[in-house]
Amino acid sequence: MSTRHDVKHYPGLGPFTALFFVYLYAPLAVIVVYSFNANRVAGVWTGFSLQWYGSALHNAALMSALETSLIVAAIATVVSTLIALSAALAIIRGKNVRFRKLSETVVNLPLLLPEIVLAVATLILFSLIDVQNGMLRLTIAHSAFCTPFAFLPIRARLQGMSLDLEEASADLYADRWTTFRRVTLPLIFPGVFSGAMLAFLISMDDFITSNLLSTGGSTTLPVYIFSLIRAGTSPELNAIATLLILASLILATAALLVAARGVRDNA
Amino acid sequence: MSDTALHAPAGTDRAPRARFWHDLSFWGLLPSWLLMGFALILPIFIIAAVSLATRGAHGGFAWDFNLAGYRQILFNEGWTGELEFTPQYLLIIARTFALAGATTLICLFFAVPVAYFISRQPPGRKAILVYLVTLPFWVSMILRVYAWMIILGKDGTLPRLLETLGFPAGMSFMFNDGATLTAMVYTAMPLMVLPVFASIEKLDGTLIEASHDLYGNRWVTLRRVILPLTAPGIVAGAILVFVPALGAVLEPTLMGGGKQMMMGSLIQLQFGGGRNWPFGAAIAMALMALVMVFLIFTALRAARREALP
Repeated sequence: MSTRHDVKHYPGLGPFTALFFVYLYAPLAVIVVYSFNANRVAGVWTGFSLQWYGSALHNAALMSALETSLIVAAIATVVSTLIALSAALAIIRGKNVRFRKLSETVVNLPLLLPEIVLAVATLILFSLIDVQNGMLRLTIAHSAFCTPFAFLPIRARLQGMSLDLEEASADLYADRWTTFRRVTLPLIFPGVFSGAMLAFLISMDDFITSNLLSTGGSTTLPVYIFSLIRAGTSPELNAIATLLILASLILATAALLVAARGVRDNA
Repeated sequence: MSDTALHAPAGTDRAPRARFWHDLSFWGLLPSWLLMGFALILPIFIIAAVSLATRGAHGGFAWDFNLAGYRQILFNEGWTGELEFTPQYLLIIARTFALAGATTLICLFFAVPVAYFISRQPPGRKAILVYLVTLPFWVSMILRVYAWMIILGKDGTLPRLLETLGFPAGMSFMFNDGATLTAMVYTAMPLMVLPVFASIEKLDGTLIEASHDLYGNRWVTLRRVILPLTAPGIVAGAILVFVPALGAVLEPTLMGGGKQMMMGSLIQLQFGGGRNWPFGAAIAMALMALVMVFLIFTALRAARREALP
């Protein structure tokens, strides 16, 4: 028992951390367990059933909300990743950027302000310039608040990179576009990929902004789920929630794995 | 490496590479300035203007300058137009602060021991534990709040569990500040653990040994060595938890019920039904001001801390 005399060892931290992880995952597990319950009442277990998954998959309103969410998230991901990539290149690589600090603050602005403030501000803007199309409203707003999430991994990746390979490429008479395409982009790709993944997840997950900006025909998934919760909890909702939990865990894991590989390459 | 070319002053003949980077700074930043200018900066100016406008007859607003939006935070207008002081919105502001503060403190209380334990693990296990802390954060916020509705609500997991233990049936733990706080702590927890862990991991173990050599016991070492040295991570975590918590919408709406509002859900209410935009904008301005004051205060403290060796 060497740890008994190890001054850096604090007794009881192991069990405490174990309990902490139970606390993190138990609530999600509760949703998953209830989704397989045959009974309509959540707390009463009457047997295993997959029927709620069946009814979830045949739910037209759910599918149309999913479609809206996917379209908005896809567009917002592409736009915010491109903007974040160009901003990161300019901020990290650009020489004599006069507004370097200010630009970085502007890109990260959505992280500094409570989302509800930005949401109502955007709502007022769209009603003033009379943009009534829900999809358009959502894609513009989502592109804006996803940008910092795409920006952070790309910036981290660029900062840890030496200029040598790009210099070499230029010495070999590659023009800048070729250098960017054949050297820079492949090198920072892990950062770009995890940035895009995070932007996608943040967009899919958003409730506050989407709830205020979406119109009748453009209900997103979280907004639809909110209406289901308001109508009272149902086993079908648990099935939908379980599928979503599963999807986000897989996506997040993919993003984190790629990011981790990027860190190893850099080391 | 043509270093002189890279740092040549503008207007001189620069090497093509240097000119490329120079152009890139402008063209690279232009899209983000355009998007943020249109979708963030402009709307914030507009919301400031709307908070000074007049309430429209059927929702919306009219561009007549007046302070009614702000006045309504403190005063109620009676039938005859006399103003009487009303504490209801001040209570909502106070609740917002109390719950956001409590969320931050509770998260901190859990984050420090967990982060310390994780930092003392071998590298492979460390990476896995950090990943496990991060993972729930990527599950949709609304689902993480909903999970607690199932657990605490009527017919929920906890009431049923207590029932089997002999407590009275039909207990509900929903629709109060405690329920709101429970969901807030749960949604914010990863945001506190990660920065605290990043700080604790950088901690030099020999300092802890030195503290013990000087007869500091574990408690003294924690208070006088570990906590002060992880202050940057604790401050970063506190900002990441406290700022979104001040603007919480989902937790008070779903867990607190209609009566236990916070500033975020109050703003949502004023805009959601097209009720009173200038008042909603005034509350949003107040919330933004509170967040800004908090951020400037922490930035100044950090600067002072750096100035003093």
